[in-house]
Amino acid sequence: MMARWSRLLAISLAVATLGACATAPPFDYTAFKRDRPVSMLVLPPLNETPEVVASYGVLSHVTLPLAEAGYYVIPVSLMDETFRQNGLNNPAEIHDVSPSKLREIFGADAVVYIKVTQYGTSYAVVASDTRVTVQARIVDLRTGEMLWQGNATAASSERKSSNQGGLVGLLVEAIVTQIVETASDTSIIYAGVASQRLLSPRPNGVLYGPRSPDYQKD
Amino acid sequence: MATVATLSGIARLIGLVAAIGVGGVAGCAQAPKQLYHWDGFQAQLYEYFKSEGSGPEDQLRILDQQAQKAQAGGAALPPGFRAHLAMIYLRLGRYGEAKQALEAEKANFPESARYMDFLLKGMTGSKL
Repeated sequence: MMARWSRLLAISLAVATLGACATAPPFDYTAFKRDRPVSMLVLPPLNETPEVVASYGVLSHVTLPLAEAGYYVIPVSLMDETFRQNGLNNPAEIHDVSPSKLREIFGADAVVYIKVTQYGTSYAVVASDTRVTVQARIVDLRTGEMLWQGNATAASSERKSSNQGGLVGLLVEAIVTQIVETASDTSIIYAGVASQRLLSPRPNGVLYGPRSPDYQKD
Repeated sequence: MATVATLSGIARLIGLVAAIGVGGVAGCAQAPKQLYHWDGFQAQLYEYFKSEGSGPEDQLRILDQQAQKAQAGGAALPPGFRAHLAMIYLRLGRYGEAKQALEAEKANFPESARYMDFLLKGMTGSKL
């Protein structure tokens, strides 16, 4: 029994070292590869946390991963204002708008529905942890078909356990030092990391878009 | 004999330098170059959305600085940057510049054409 566990541990360590998340079954990309969206509309995320800023904390960070993946992303501030001008002030109402209406106004090929399930710092006796968890679903606005779904978490506790470092740790460090200059609250840093993990091309992640040199190579 | 040794030493040295050179280039290739100049764009979006964030004048100043930096470095501005500038201009009541910024977003990213046209049409009054 022990031997089996240690062998399993060795295998999972090897997999982790290779940087592949081999545990999840491969995502079915049939629809994504057939529809190949060019532009994405990210709606204001649904907020299931007590933190009021969670929705906009995440929305501020979703353009980078999708744009760097090669997509055009509908400008988020104007998008938010357009909904407000039309009397839609909360994400739940906005998520109910029909795909045909979204396509008509924004002209995007696909819509990204995001839900924030964790956002903020929990204070425990031993150590506090700041954590952001997000889920996303990408739906084609032309066919109504779901192209992709996934989730991601970023937490301050990752930095403390140095042996989990590696590339991901470095990524967190890099983003932390980059953002700390301009933002004072901690959660926004992890909102950035979680958004990047959620919407960047990776195993089981979104595919590269047409503006990327890696388009159609995945 | 001494000359041969020196020559082979030099050859080894050249080989080493070449290897480091290739390693260096490969190292650069491994860290993928970003498509756009982001700088503090995301922080500025957050500033805009936060109710207690800085005013539109401050935001415009910072975005202008970022745009100049991108231009100086020959880097492309990200999708939505010019459109966000338009949003700030609208807040400041500078409609002419807002319109120009929307046109610039459309020119740089033709994918935005339908939405930009929708906004430009709506602006023929005054506000969005």
